[in-house]
Amino acid sequence: MSGKPRLTYLNGRGRMESIRWLLAAAGVEFDEVYLETKEQYDKLIKDGFLLFQQVPLVEIDGMKMVQTRAIMSYIAGKYNLHGKDLKERALIDMYVEGISDLMQMILMFPFSPPDAKEKNLESIKERATNRYFPVFEKVLKQHGQDFLVGNKFSWADVQLMEAILAVEEKLPTVLSGFPQLQVFKTKMSNVPTIKKFLQPGSPRKPPPDAHYVETVLKVFKK
Amino acid sequence: MSGKPKLYYFDGRGKMESIRWLLAAAGVEFEEEFLETRDQYEKLLQGGSLMFQQVPMVEIDGMRMVQTRAILSYIAAKYNLYGKDLKERALIDTYIGGTDDLMGFIMIFPFLSAEDKEKQLAVIVQKATSRYFPVYEKVLKDHGQGFLVGNNFSWADVHLLEAILMVEEKKSDVLSGFPQLQAFKARISSIPTIKKFLEPGSQRKPVPDHKYVETVRRVLRMYYDVKAN
Repeated sequence: MSGKPRLTYLNGRGRMESIRWLLAAAGVEFDEVYLETKEQYDKLIKDGFLLFQQVPLVEIDGMKMVQTRAIMSYIAGKYNLHGKDLKERALIDMYVEGISDLMQMILMFPFSPPDAKEKNLESIKERATNRYFPVFEKVLKQHGQDFLVGNKFSWADVQLMEAILAVEEKLPTVLSGFPQLQVFKTKMSNVPTIKKFLQPGSPRKPPPDAHYVETVLKVFKK
Repeated sequence: MSGKPKLYYFDGRGKMESIRWLLAAAGVEFEEEFLETRDQYEKLLQGGSLMFQQVPMVEIDGMRMVQTRAILSYIAAKYNLYGKDLKERALIDTYIGGTDDLMGFIMIFPFLSAEDKEKQLAVIVQKATSRYFPVYEKVLKDHGQGFLVGNNFSWADVHLLEAILMVEEKKSDVLSGFPQLQAFKARISSIPTIKKFLEPGSQRKPVPDHKYVETVRRVLRMYYDVKAN
């Protein structure tokens, strides 16, 4: 065994992408196993690898971890990206949970029926620009620091960066009313581990396409 | 100010109930402000106390905390219900993830149409008995200890008890194939803080009814049909 964490998921973003981002940001190399068939997935379940019969699965430090939040909390805690005390952790958790609600809309988007896609895109735009981005714009403006919490790079910064880029892929001008976030985006892009993750050839996955949607439906078919 | 945490939510379970359970289990007294009108909610919004314009919101230790999971994590850690180290915390988080998903199926239940309710009831029972309960049954059987993690009372135990009772409200004999969970239920229910919370007159909220659904819809202007997962 390599000692590196091993990720099991589909060959695409989904719920695993935030985990890839966080490991990459922490400078942690990892291996990946891609689910391509229902048979592979059924075998994982049969062999007792998936506690609640679901992926993501991350094998790390002798544990077979499932549940995205649990996995990310562990990684953040282990690599000192979860704040210096309980109150900083609370702030990071609030920010991450909020962003994660926005990411959920993006996650579900490829699976919405064609006639609902325009409406869903509008919802993503509305939430991003009226509910989520203004919060972080204000946080950065008020303390004038580079990072969201405690003047130190944390899980919250990674998650916000991922969200900004994901929304921009759908709405390229979405940051136009958010000067602080524009600066934040540039700064995060230059954090060495993130810079590396944003380069071609990294484990970062492309936006979900029709093939990805097909694979998801096939693998998880009841 | 009283110094006690103050909870802002509807007068009903919803996403706030797990927070009430955890505070109660930790022996922490708390106050509540119930949202009844749209005006109250708009006032909270205008006052800037809801970070993402949503409830639950809990005023605690000088913070206006939002996001259920963040609030629960904070309370668990503050009151030593979150394990002794990172690995125990990871286990607790994983177990919470499961019970949270299970309770999620129940949380939307009152908002479904009558036809969808029937289908959802079957889903709840199926998930509980084939996906979630077997996991906790096995955990308890394998280590033979009284609590889920680290031989110590934790957030995971509180959350599991809450989930068990909620599923039982829908199907009273649902624990019949789970002897470990039956013993667990009896054991955790008799912990003094939990016992107190289970008695009439506590801040535990009843099964959501028509009036609760109406209040939520009215305050949040959430008039669309909720679809089952």
